[in-house]
Amino acid sequence: MEFEKELDARGLNCPLPILRAKKALAEVGSGQVLKILSTDPGSVKDFAAFAKQTGNELLSSAEAGGEFTFFMKKK
Amino acid sequence: MDTKKMAIIATKGTLDWAYPPFILASTAAALGYETQIFFTFYGLQLVRKDLSVLKVSPLGNPGMPMKMPFGPKWFKSINWNMPNAIQAVIPGYESVATALMKQTILNNGVATIPDLRDLCQEAEVKFIACQMTVELFGFEHSDFIDGLEYGGAATFFEFAGETDICLFI
Repeated sequence: MEFEKELDARGLNCPLPILRAKKALAEVGSGQVLKILSTDPGSVKDFAAFAKQTGNELLSSAEAGGEFTFFMKKK
Repeated sequence: MDTKKMAIIATKGTLDWAYPPFILASTAAALGYETQIFFTFYGLQLVRKDLSVLKVSPLGNPGMPMKMPFGPKWFKSINWNMPNAIQAVIPGYESVATALMKQTILNNGVATIPDLRDLCQEAEVKFIACQMTVELFGFEHSDFIDGLEYGGAATFFEFAGETDICLFI
C-alpha cells in the first residue's frame, strides 16, 4: 500500500503509539496515508478506537511475528 | 460537532498513581477532547517543578508485585513481597522500590512521568492547582511548573459541569 509517512512505534507502550500517531497525522495532508509499526498488542484495539473517534480511516490492521502494521488515512 | 470534554481530579502523589491522570488526559487530548486536570491534596506533587519527589511504596500495598527488572526470566518472575513489619524497618526500601520501578518502566517502553506531563501540556491540557491545598501544605507558587492556574472548587465545577467524562483519581 502506498503511504506518505511512516511512524515506527515499536517498543513503545500505551499511550505512546497513539500520541505519536496523532502527531504524525498532523504532518500529513488530508487524504494521505500514514503507516504505523507497533509491538504493543493493545494497539490493535486502540488504533481502531482512535480511528472511530477521530474520523481518520483505518485502512488496514495486520499482525506478523509479534509486529503490527496499520495504515491510516487522514480525514 | 461539539467538542467533547473531560475533567479529572488528581489526588494522589506517588509515582504509580501519577500515571492514570496523565495517560488519560494526553490520550483524551489526542482524541480531540478538551481536557482539564484539577490537582489537589497529594496530587499537587504531580505539578511540582521537581518530579523526583515522586516515589512508589510497596509498604501497605499488597497489590504491588515486587519483581526485579533484570536477570534471567526465572529470576524476573520471582515476587519479592515481604511482610509490612519487615519493609518498614529496612532503610531505603522505598527508594530501592522506586529505582526498580523506574527501570521496569524503561524496560517496558512505558513513557516517563515528565514526558507524559510534557505531552499533556503540548496538547493544551489545562492544569489547575488547588490554591487551598497549596497553602495548606505550605507550598509556594514557585514550587510548581509554569502554565498552571490556581483556583478552588468553584473553578473546577465551571468546566466539570460541561464535561462528558469526569473522573476522580
